Parts: sequence; C-alpha cells; structure tokens
Amino acid sequence: MWKSRPDEKSASVPPAQPSLTPSPAVTSAVPAKETIKSSDPFRVDAAHIGKSVLIKGELSGSEDLYLDGEVEGTIELREHSLVIGPNGRIRANIVARELILHGKVEGNVQAGERVELKKSSTLLGDVSTQRVVIEDGAFFKGAIDIPKETRTEARKVINAHAGGSSSLSVTTPPALVDPK
Amino acid sequence: MSSVGHSMLRWFRGAGVSEPVSATAPGQAPPVLRHSAGLVEFMRLVDGKEKPSILDLGQTSPVNISCLTELGVRVYNEDLLRAFQEKSYMVRRPDGVDHFDLDAFFAENFAYGDGQLDGILFWDIAGYLPEPVVKPIVERIHKMLKPGGAILALFHTKDAGPDAPYFRYHIRSSDTLELVQGPNFRLQRVFNTRHVENLFRSFASIKFFLGRDHLREVLVVR
Repeated sequence: MWKSRPDEKSASVPPAQPSLTPSPAVTSAVPAKETIKSSDPFRVDAAHIGKSVLIKGELSGSEDLYLDGEVEGTIELREHSLVIGPNGRIRANIVARELILHGKVEGNVQAGERVELKKSSTLLGDVSTQRVVIEDGAFFKGAIDIPKETRTEARKVINAHAGGSSSLSVTTPPALVDPK
Repeated sequence: MSSVGHSMLRWFRGAGVSEPVSATAPGQAPPVLRHSAGLVEFMRLVDGKEKPSILDLGQTSPVNISCLTELGVRVYNEDLLRAFQEKSYMVRRPDGVDHFDLDAFFAENFAYGDGQLDGILFWDIAGYLPEPVVKPIVERIHKMLKPGGAILALFHTKDAGPDAPYFRYHIRSSDTLELVQGPNFRLQRVFNTRHVENLFRSFASIKFFLGRDHLREVLVVR
C-alpha cells in the first residue's frame, strides 16, 4: 500500500522493492503521493510511507524506510535506516540503525550508528547513538548520550538480525488506522 | 583519572582557535571569539566525574553538542528562550491582573530530577528572560544540580544597553567561546554584582570573571 501509485511507476521506484505486509485495514490507507526524487538514492531504495498516512500502533520492519506521514506508537527498524521526511510527525520511540530527521519527532531515539538532525527538524526526546550530526537550525530538546559500548552492541544486533527476509509490518488495531 | 578526564586534558592541551568558524547571516554582526576563563573553570569542575551530565540552556548548538559529547559528556539541551517565545505562560487572573503560570511552565520544561546534573550552561539567558521567572528558574536549577555542580552564566553590564544583540555561544576550544548573533531577543534586565549575588544566594560559591567587553562571566557552584 505504501508503494507508489501506478501512475508513479515512471518515477524511479525499483521493481525489486521489498514487499510490505500490513494488516488489511492498513491496505485501505491512502497511498503515498510523494514524488520520489531519483537524485536521492535512499528514497529510491527504501520503502515509502507518504505524508497522508497516519499509523497508530507498532511499526516494525527489516528494510530501510522513508516516512513522511504520522506515526503514534513505536517504530522499530533495528538494523535499518529511517528517514523521516519534512512532513513526518512522529510521536513514538524509535529504534533503528540510523535516523535522518527532517520533520518532527516526539519520543526517544535509539540508533545503533547515527542520528542526523537536518535544519528543519525538531526532536523532543532523548537520543542514544554512536554519532550525532546536527545542522544549524535544528531544534533539539532532550539528552544526547553516546555510550562507548554502543558500537559493539549495535553490531551484535545487526548480526542477530542478518539473513532475515526483507519486510515491513505494521501491527495496529484496524480502527486506529486513519487515512487522512 | 577517568577517561573523561583524559579526553578533557587532551582537549585542554589542544591547539587554540584563532578565528571564528560560523557563517554570518545577512544583516548580522560577524561572529566574535572571546576568551572565557569561566568556561575553563566550569570544565575543570566537571572534569573527573564519571559520565558527567551538562544541560545547555541556549539555542540548540551543534558545536556544543559535538564538543561535549566527544568529551564523554551526556548533553541535555533545552532552549529556554524559545520556550517562552513559542508559548506565553502569562495568564490573567479573575481580578484582571496578569501573572506568570509557573506550574504550567515547569510542567512542560525542566523535567529533571533533583541532583541530576553536573553542570548547566546558562549563558546570558537570565538577562533575556521575563523578570518574574528568573528567580524561580534559578531555584529550580539549584535543585537540579548535584552538590558541587556548576553553572556558567554571563551577564551584560549596564554599558551593553537594552538593544544589546542576543548571542549564541559556541564552545570553540577549552578557553574560547564563539559569539554568534542569534534571534532578536530584547535584553530585559541588566544585573549588577549585587543582583547576581542575591540571585544565587542559595549556592555555595560565586566567582566573577570580568571581561573587556560588556559581559561578565559568573561561575556558580552549588
């Protein structure tokens, strides 16, 4: 459902994009309207949740994700990257390998490798990661902790999840998923 | 000495900064480098503690976050002036008198435990805050600091004038701050020495560092 519309196939969405396995109710949500920029390799390769999508519940997966909608609950991508677009409005704790934030997050972030806050971003919550990149203009309220052992633990997590199938799942009560 | 201490020593011994790094926005004064004896003392007090926690109350500064995290510091950031800019906590009582709703303010800000922090970078924010909140905020800060914890604050002298530009403070080296003109906050009040002493009366010690510009650095220890 978060694949681009048929008329967007001309955009550079690769045919080998991993399949998504949301609940049936999620399938009815409005598909992503964002035009994928071929100049941004991450957005081309990653699964894509558009700005009109609202998810309440647990969002987890084993592939990179570009998220430009709203999420309330938890996001767990573990060994994968999460890019939150400029329209992204997240009220959730996030676990990922890497977070690149353009939009707004209210919640704690645990990233095994890196957190990058772009100048348009707002992050209200605590960050635990190995490396932080913050652009001037970003707004941050919370704590930043860079534990020395993070890198080792992150590597263990990555190894533990290696070899899994590429999928993205949303676990949520159907009634709580509202296409906006 | 702890690893944090070693990191800080390396930093103290590092090469000095000779020129500003930050870019200048159109219409703004160029960044200024300023020697800061207060910063040196502040970092010495924090040094040696296991995983020290420092709260930066200025506008989010990538430079400060990067610098402090490299030293093994757990960095907290809370942009105090922005909190007041985005939301007014002034409420009108039934008798028509406006008053500051401290409970509402502290419900949304300064959610730290007692004795949680080793240091607070207060910068010159006291001069730009609404006057009714300065004392309550300092009282809350007193609770948030560990015994022996330090505050680095700066106060404009009377020569600065009400139109003194608001600066962001970036830590450029162990003894150097870079002052970059920030948003147009208006200086609300100038604190003289007695005001500062009264403000931090409940703390264990206050040390003044006089500068050649219109700023005085103050190091306060709980």
